[in-house]
Amino acid sequence: MAQETRNAYGQELAKLICARKDIVVLDADLTKSTKTAEAKKACPERHFNAGIAEANMMGMAAGLAASGKTVFASSFAVFAAGRAFEIIRNSICYPNLNVKVCATHAGLSVGEDGASHQSIEDVSIMRSLPNMSVFVPCDQYETKAVIDYIADIKGPCYVRLGRGKVEDVFDENTVFDFTKVRVLKKGTDVVLFAMGLMVQEALKAAEELEKDSISCSVINVSCVKPLDKEGVLEALRNHKKAFCLEEHNVIGGLFSAVAETAVQEPGTPVFPIGVEDTFGESGKAKDVLKKYGICAEHIVEVVKSK
Amino acid sequence: MDNTVLRNHALKIRQKIVKMVFNAQSGHPGGSLGAADILTVLYFDEMDINEENLKTTKRDRFVLSKGHTSPALYAVLDEKGLLNEDLSTFRQLNSNLQGHPNMNEVPGVDMSTGSLGQGVSAAVGMAIANKLDELPYRVYALVGDGESEEGIVWEAMMAAAHYNLDNFCVIFDQNGLQIDGNVQDVIGPLPLKEKAEAFGLHTVECDGNDYDSLKAAFKEARETTGQPTAIIAHTVKGKGVSFMENNYAWHGSAPNAEQFEQAMKDLKEEG
Repeated sequence: MAQETRNAYGQELAKLICARKDIVVLDADLTKSTKTAEAKKACPERHFNAGIAEANMMGMAAGLAASGKTVFASSFAVFAAGRAFEIIRNSICYPNLNVKVCATHAGLSVGEDGASHQSIEDVSIMRSLPNMSVFVPCDQYETKAVIDYIADIKGPCYVRLGRGKVEDVFDENTVFDFTKVRVLKKGTDVVLFAMGLMVQEALKAAEELEKDSISCSVINVSCVKPLDKEGVLEALRNHKKAFCLEEHNVIGGLFSAVAETAVQEPGTPVFPIGVEDTFGESGKAKDVLKKYGICAEHIVEVVKSK
Repeated sequence: MDNTVLRNHALKIRQKIVKMVFNAQSGHPGGSLGAADILTVLYFDEMDINEENLKTTKRDRFVLSKGHTSPALYAVLDEKGLLNEDLSTFRQLNSNLQGHPNMNEVPGVDMSTGSLGQGVSAAVGMAIANKLDELPYRVYALVGDGESEEGIVWEAMMAAAHYNLDNFCVIFDQNGLQIDGNVQDVIGPLPLKEKAEAFGLHTVECDGNDYDSLKAAFKEARETTGQPTAIIAHTVKGKGVSFMENNYAWHGSAPNAEQFEQAMKDLKEEG
C-alpha cells in the first residue's frame, strides 16, 4: 500500500494525545496539511493553533515543555526548521526541552508549490544543533514507530515527513530499533545508504543493478542523528563503494553525516546522490524528483558510473 | 511589603549588580539597574516563590525575556536567599551564572533567555500550561522597549490575548534607550500601550521605579480576568548610579575602578 508519512503522523498523534495527558500539540495554521487536525479532533483542549507565526509556536512549545509537557509542534519543514530555527536553537535545544518538531512537506516532493516551499536543507540545519535528534522515516509504519519512540525520549527531536504517498517498506508487524541503521537488503559490491523516500528508490535501483551484476546492500538510515556510527562503519568495511541517497541537499544531510564517519574508513569511497546544491521548482512531484535526480534511474546511472 | 523594606532590598540588589559587572568587567548594568525595582516588587511583594516551591513549577514564574539584564535576576534571587551561587563568578568560565541566564543551571531561572523576544513567547506557553493543569499560578515576563522591536513579541501578544491568558502579565520596561541610542531614533517601537491594547491586552501604565505605582499595577493585572495584562513600566535606565542614568553608553559596558567607587557611593547615599 502507499500512504503519506504525514498521514501516518496524524493518525499516531491522535492516538497518543488521547493516551497521554502530558502531550500538547501546536500547529501554525496548517492543521489539515500537517495532519495535526486528527489530534485536534481527538483532543481539542490540548491542541493549540499559533496562527501563521512559527517563531511564536516554537517559543510557546518551549514554555509548555518547561512546564512538564511533551510538545509536538508542526508546520512545513521550510518554516519549522527555517523560519523558526533560532527559536528552536535558543529556546528549545539550549535548555534541552522536550519539544518534538514534526515537519511535513519536506523536500522536492512538495511539487507544485515550488522552491519556496521545498525544504532541502532542514536535516542539515537541525542536525547541527546540540541536543537535537533527527529522524527521517521512510513509510507509514516507520513513521508511526518514530512518533511513539520520540514521545518516550526526553529532549528535542526533529522528524522529517513528506507530502506525497510513499510505498510501504515495512508492515504492521515490523519491530523498529532507531538506535541502529537497518539493513533492508544484503549485497556484496556497493552499499546504498538512504533516508526518507529514497529508501524505496534505493530498493528499486538495487534490483536494476543486480541485472548488471552489481550486488547492492540497501541500508535505511532513519535516525540521522545520533547516527549509528558502528553500523555505518561495518557496512563500509564490507563493501567497495558507498552511496548516500537523499531528497535533500548533498550538503549537510545524510551524505555529510555518513561522510563524517566514513573518514575513519578511508578504504571505501562515499558518493552523494541528492539535490546538487540547487533550489527546486514547480511541477508534479514525480516529475520534479526525476528532473533533480531523486529517483531509482539516476541512482543506477550514478552507481554504474563510479 | 513596606516600601522602606523594598527600597532597602532594591538598594542591595543594585549594589550586587554593579559589583557583578565590575568583577566580570563585562555585562549590562544600565538595564539591570533600571529594572531592579520591578524585580524587587515582583520577588518580595507580588510573586508566590520561596525556598520550598523554588524547584517546582507549582509557583508563580518569572521570565526575564530581556536576558542581558541577568545581573538583576541573579541579584534579586540572591537577595531573596534563593541563589546557591557565588555572584563574583558571574560571566566567568565554569560558572553557572552565565552572561545570559540558563534555566538548567540555576534553580529560579525559569527560562533560558538572551535572544530577544523569545522569553515572552515561552512565558505564554507556560501560562497555557497552567491553564491546562488548572494551576492558579501566574507567569510574568519582562520585555525591554527595544526588545519589543522583535516581531515574535507581538506574535506572543496575539496568542496571549487569543487564549484569554489572564494568568499572564507582560511588563514592558520602557527606559527609552537601546544599544544604538534612543528607541525612537533607532526605529520607533513606541507607543507600547496602544499597540498592546490593539493586540487585545488590558494595559496599565506605571512608574517602574516607584513601589506604590508598581504594586498598584500588579494588583490591577492580578484582578483582570479574561485577558492578559501588559504593564508599561516607565523606568530610568541606570537608575541609582548618577553617571549611568539615562545614558545608553551604559547599556553593555562595565565601570572601571574609579567609576565603580563612585557607583557604590551613589548607591550608599540613595539609601
